[in-house]
Order: sequence, then C-alpha cells, then structure tokens
Amino acid sequence: MSFFQPPTQLFESWGMGHDLAFVISTVVCILAICLPVMLSVAMVIYVDRKIWAAMALRRGPNVVGPFGLLQSFADGLKVFLQETIIPTAANKGLFLIGPIVTFTVALLAWAVVPFNSNAILANINVGLLYILAISSLGVYGTIMAGWASNSKYPFFSAMRASAQMISYEVSIGFILICVVLWAGSFNMDVIVQAQKAHVFHFFNGFAFNPLLFPMWVMFLISGMAETQRAPFDLTEAESELVAGYQTEYSSMAFALFWLGEYGNVLLMCALNATLFWGGYLPPFEIHALYAVPGIIWLLLKIGFGFFVFSWVKATVPRYRYDQLMRLGWKVFLPVSLLFVFLVSGWLMATGHFA
Amino acid sequence: MIQLLAFYLFATLVIVSGLSTILARNPVHSVLWLILAFFNAAGLMVLVGAEFIAMLLVIVYVGAVAVLFLFVVMMLDVDFATLRAGFVQNAPLGLLIAVVLVAELLLGTGAVHSGALVLGTADAATAAPQNLSNTAAIGALLYGRYLFLFETAGIILTVAMIGAIVLTHRKRGDVRSQNISQQNARRPQDATVNLKPGVGQGVEL
Repeated sequence: MSFFQPPTQLFESWGMGHDLAFVISTVVCILAICLPVMLSVAMVIYVDRKIWAAMALRRGPNVVGPFGLLQSFADGLKVFLQETIIPTAANKGLFLIGPIVTFTVALLAWAVVPFNSNAILANINVGLLYILAISSLGVYGTIMAGWASNSKYPFFSAMRASAQMISYEVSIGFILICVVLWAGSFNMDVIVQAQKAHVFHFFNGFAFNPLLFPMWVMFLISGMAETQRAPFDLTEAESELVAGYQTEYSSMAFALFWLGEYGNVLLMCALNATLFWGGYLPPFEIHALYAVPGIIWLLLKIGFGFFVFSWVKATVPRYRYDQLMRLGWKVFLPVSLLFVFLVSGWLMATGHFA
Repeated sequence: MIQLLAFYLFATLVIVSGLSTILARNPVHSVLWLILAFFNAAGLMVLVGAEFIAMLLVIVYVGAVAVLFLFVVMMLDVDFATLRAGFVQNAPLGLLIAVVLVAELLLGTGAVHSGALVLGTADAATAAPQNLSNTAAIGALLYGRYLFLFETAGIILTVAMIGAIVLTHRKRGDVRSQNISQQNARRPQDATVNLKPGVGQGVEL
C-alpha cells in the first residue's frame, strides 16, 4: 500500500516526525477532497433542480442570490435551524446513526478516485474492490433508518432499497470485472492509464471500445438503480410510501440523507468518468489537449455524467418494482455474464495476457 | 506507531463488538455488532498486508451475508419472553459445548508446545512470490495449483443454489403474471380498432 507521498515529505521537511507528518498530511488531503465534494453536492442539488425545471419549462430556483445560486445554502441553513424530532417509539441510537452512516459512506469512496496522475489519496492495489466494499456498506444507513423509525412505511422502503441495491450490485460487479480484465489491475490509476490511446491509438476511454460500450450503458443504468435515482426511486415513491425511509426524519438528520444521496450520485458519475471515459485523460490522444490540467477533464466528465442523470430524472417515468427486479436479475445479470465471457475470450484470443 | 495504534483499535473493537453480539438483548443490535466485528476484522487483515482478503471479507460478509441476516432478523416477530424461557433449559448444553471447545483449544496448543506437532511451513512451491500483488498471487495459486478444488467448490455451490431454488419454488395458479416479451411484441393494431358507428347504433366488439 502506498499513499500519496508529497505532503508527508513536505511536513517532514518542517521538522515533524514521520508518523505525525503522515497523519497530518492524510487529514489535510481528506479535507482537501471532502470539502470540495460537499460544496459540489450543494451546487449539484441546485443544478439538478435547474435542469429539471428547464425540461419542465419552469424557471427553477431563482430568488436566493444571483440566478438562485445560493438556494442550496439557504435550504441548508433552514434545516440546520429546525428542531430534530425523534419519535418516542424509535430506537434512538440507530435512528441517529442511520443518516450518519449514509453520509459518511458517500464520502469514503472518494479516497481512491484519481484526480490526476498520482493525485490520489490512497493509491491501493485493490482500489476497485474498495469501492465495491464501500458501496455495499451504503445499504446499512437505509436499513437502520427504516428499522429504527419503528414505522411501517419507512420499513417497507428500507426493504425495497436494500433488495434493489443488492440486486444491482451483482451486475455492477460483473461489469467491473470486464473493465478490470481489460486494464489488468484493480488499481484505479492503472485502470485510467490503460485507457490511454485505447481505441485506434486515438480515443482515450473504454467506452469507445465496441465490446465495452454496452457495459458502459449497463453501468450507467445500474448506477441509477444503485443510487436510487429516478427512474428507480421506488424507495421514495411518495404515492405508496409517504416519503420513503426518511419519513420520520426532520432537520439535519433528514438533510444528511439528502446530501448522502447526492454524494452517491456524484460518486457514480466520477466512477463512470474514471472507468469508462478515461478519467483525468483528455478524450482524444491529441498532444495539445494535455495542456488542460487532468482534473478539469475529470470535472467536465463528471459534470456531463450528472447532466445525464438529471436528464433521465426529468424525462423517464418511474419503474414498477417487479420491472425493476426483472431488469436487474433477468436482463442485466445474464447480459453482463455473457460480456465477461466475450471480453475474456477476446482478450485470450488476441493474446492480451501473454 | 500508527500500525500499533491501528492494531489495538481494530483488535479492541473486534473483541468488544464480538462480546456485544452475544450480549445484546435485541437481535437486530446483535447483527449490527456482528457487522462491526466483520468490518474490524477486515481492518486487521489490511494490517497484515492481506488487502484482497480484507476487501472480500467486507464485500461478501458485510455486503451480502449480513444483509440477509439483518433481513431475516428484522422480519421475525421476536418475542423476548419465549426467547429467554429456553435459556435455563439449554444452559447446561451450552456450557458443555463451551467446555469441550476450551478443552480442544488447550489440547491443540499443548500438543504444539510440547513439540509433538510440527506446523506446516511455506515450502518452495508456495513460497511467497515477490513483486506480485496480493490479488495476482492468490489468482496464480487458485487458478493453477488448486484449480480442481476451486472448480469443484464452484460446482457444489451452484448445485446447492439450484437445489434450494427447486425445493422452495412453487407455481401459483392464482396470480396473473406478466409475460414482458409478449407485451413488448404487441402492436397497436392488435390491441385497438378504429370504428365509425352510425348515430344511434351500438358497437359489437
């Protein structure tokens, strides 16, 4: 395991011991990732509402600040000042831990996202497995909230959410195996570098590869199901479940669910960009494009991914629950298994592993 | 120093959450403590350099097995009075099992300490490959030396899964299930008709 080194050396040069320098530099790096992520979550909520409004021929938030830019911060201040209500029948400890788990897990996975070549907080060998492990933790926040609320509708919603997340994690696993086979590593940085000049020595990105393009489409849809975004937001189907697993929540605990949900959506967009669209690499292998810093490319790709998520939310009607399960188990699982077979067969036939 | 602190943190939490698993009164709390124990065990695995096993532990046990535990426990309508009623009755059996386990543990360690047993050591065939990541090393062994055992385990699991599905699946006659491909293949002209009935005349469909 090698961690991002330069800040450690910088702090050491100021006369600190190695351990102290390591701890401080790691904390600084974590803050340098988490604070912008939280800020962009606030902005992304505004962007989502604006895009949704534009597609519905409305104006969206336009009162607070110029163009309504400060709307999310006003909402944040509002929930912060509200009273936290804990139902008397609720299991108090778990009721409060639930939203914290959801929010923390949404931030944890950013540790292995490469922002530029070598700009990665934890450059571990098993980066992609780490992401799978963390995303499998996300379900606990929802289950805890649903159960601890001690109320019927949140419980139904938690059941739905966990069944949905487990189902789509299976196909996501197989899709990621295709990517890993082609890249030859679980390390996120190696996966990005493997996409350099991948197709015709010109296109940077696995999504340009005809064998992996269908995998990208499935990953996008599975990502929407995994983050419980529309059209798979059955956990928040207001006509059936009041408001889903956060029905009993108020104030900051409610806001943490909201932030965690958008944090997960952003993470899915980042994974999409990193695994299929070349991450911090420019889309085409043209020397002049490398003049733009890698993080700008990554942010552009994440932004485009989020636009697609919003676009789908604004235009596609909600799935029914049995259709959702059918799509996950009867369509995505067999097709992704077939593609694991096809991709590995192609790689063996062309001598990729030789 | 950091490793030492991390070890004591993880080890303490494993023991505390393991104890809490059996001491918690609410079964849902028990499962959640168990999950914390799994998670900290994964942390210990990372400390000894087995990052692949650590991630698998979290993905398989925390991500899948424990969720199913939690499902079952939450769905059960637990009556605490009946749970505790069996305690006194079953206590001798539990104690007996505990004594047997402790005796076995003492026998095992005693045999090793007396020198009667020699623990297996890494031979040339299993020598740890240098400059190879954890994942690649396990893969090389699993798909090379232990290929037959690995495939056999896979077949056994598949058979078990199919068996469980066959045993529990029942066809219900009283539900109207959908045939999605049939629905998708349906054309508008099969489903709708355009009619121009005259004034005052009914329509025969």
